[in-house]
Amino acid sequence: MKNEYDVIVVGGGPAGSTAARFAVEQGASVLMLEKDRDIGYPVRCGEAVSRAGIEEFIEPDDAFISATIDKFGMVAPDGTEVVLPLEQIGYVLERRIFDYEVAKLAANKGAEIVTRAYVNGLLFEDKKVSGVKFEHKGEQHELKAKVVIAADGVESRVGRWAGIKTYIDFREMESCVQITASNIDVDPNTLLFYFGKDVAPEGYFWIFPKRNKSANIGLGVSGEIGKKKSAQKYLDEFMNNHYPNAPFLTQIAGGVPSSITLEKISAPGIILVGDAARQVNPLSGGGIVSGMIGGKIGGKIVGKAIKNNDLNHILTYDKAWGDRLGKRHEIFDRIKDGIYNFSDEKFNSIAHAFVKVPFEKRTLGKLFKTALLNKPSLLIDIAKVFIVK
Amino acid sequence: MLLIEVIPNKCDFCGCCVGVCPEDAIELKEAEIKIIEDLCTNCSKCVWACPIEVLKFNKPQKKG
Ligand SMILES: Cc1cc2nc3c(=O)[nH]c(=O)nc-3n(C[C@H](O)[C@H](O)[C@H](O)COP(=O)(O)OP(=O)(O)OC[C@H]3O[C@@H](n4cnc5c(N)ncnc54)[C@H](O)[C@@H]3O)c2cc1C
Ligand code: SF4
Ligand code: SF4
Repeated sequence: MKNEYDVIVVGGGPAGSTAARFAVEQGASVLMLEKDRDIGYPVRCGEAVSRAGIEEFIEPDDAFISATIDKFGMVAPDGTEVVLPLEQIGYVLERRIFDYEVAKLAANKGAEIVTRAYVNGLLFEDKKVSGVKFEHKGEQHELKAKVVIAADGVESRVGRWAGIKTYIDFREMESCVQITASNIDVDPNTLLFYFGKDVAPEGYFWIFPKRNKSANIGLGVSGEIGKKKSAQKYLDEFMNNHYPNAPFLTQIAGGVPSSITLEKISAPGIILVGDAARQVNPLSGGGIVSGMIGGKIGGKIVGKAIKNNDLNHILTYDKAWGDRLGKRHEIFDRIKDGIYNFSDEKFNSIAHAFVKVPFEKRTLGKLFKTALLNKPSLLIDIAKVFIVK
Repeated sequence: MLLIEVIPNKCDFCGCCVGVCPEDAIELKEAEIKIIEDLCTNCSKCVWACPIEVLKFNKPQKKG
């Protein structure tokens, strides 16, 4: 470890690793600190991504792909199941390996990585962030950096220490539980979503297939629902009803910040990327690719700021993110509010209408249109996302 | 007085509670969680956000 770095990245998830990679590529010296013992573990994730999404960053490789997805299935509260083909291929990853590979892309370019390094404070110089304080192997350390990249995930404490409001409303936190079960008889190429107030109120319950008859099975509930009934209780009920004897390979809790991006994601000497910046797609809850996109945009801007010795340049990050995805997420957020409040009857009627559409004519865009027929303002939003592009 | 209780040996260290705490009153390490009494306002948001019922709000005991 050096005494000082151009860039210190806090958190070794996909967003942090990608930011490190793009900063180091421009010649900056980069150190990434991760509090856990392993990069990529524990896996708190359903692991579904689109192929196009990850191809922007890494060549798809069997080593980290557990299943290939070409269909989307929806199960309505009355049990009606509609399956539709996806225009875009997707994958269910093996994030334990994927996160490693993404970190290696940064490491192989020269980024240093230290695990078991818990960041617990920031250093400041003239009100500008100028480094981090961290605990490593029982000792407290301080390290200076020109720019800190906060990639500390759902907790997002690092940004707060720089004066950015990062906590989200408890109603926007999707608090999740997920098990990876084996000996599960599901279609190996379909992402399956269950809707309805008994299984997953104001959200969805998922079964994402993985290789060898295993699957990620879980759900998230907002804090508003959690007041009355925890995600754990919903999962236990579902498993008892559907897979009472399934062997559990892992069981995790996790949080998806399902909100629009924070109002501010940069300040003098610091930027926020990934879940820490609340860059998750608020409609789907997917944050792997969007976090990597945030990391790429942020890492590039920081790298350039260091190269040109113009640290104010990092403040252009907010706009760059907004233009690429941030504004789109605002549309997704409105659609989310429209859809997740549907009654069970509404979900049933959508499914009934949609089973009549021939399989090859079913598209996600059409499904949303059917769903929102009597909400014209949202239909315009859907059109923006699925048709106009 | 801290009214939020962390049930021992139950936490999965997932961070949901930290992400909604308005006071930054929760310290979360790889396998260690602690509520900082001086910062906590007992608002209970963390309790509602915990997916596995690790946190509990205990009503204050009446005096006398
Ligand atoms: C149950 C569940 C299911 C999901 N399913 C999907 C899905 O199917 N598809 C999808 O695209 N997304 C999914 N997501 C979202 C996705 O997992 C996240 O959006 C993604 O991991 C975000 O990447 P990140 O790098 O921002 O954060 P993370 O991957 O969370 O990485 C943050 C890292 O920072 C470290 N850290 C935190 N604090 C500190 C500190 N103080 N010091 C040092 N290190 C620190 C953490 O240990 C962690 O390793 C799911 C999330 C959950 C919880
Ligand atoms: S009760 Fe409120 S202030 Fe206290 S730890 Fe929980 S969320 Fe934070
Ligand atoms: S939300 Fe619950 S399980 Fe997650 S870190 Fe907080 S107390 Fe632990």
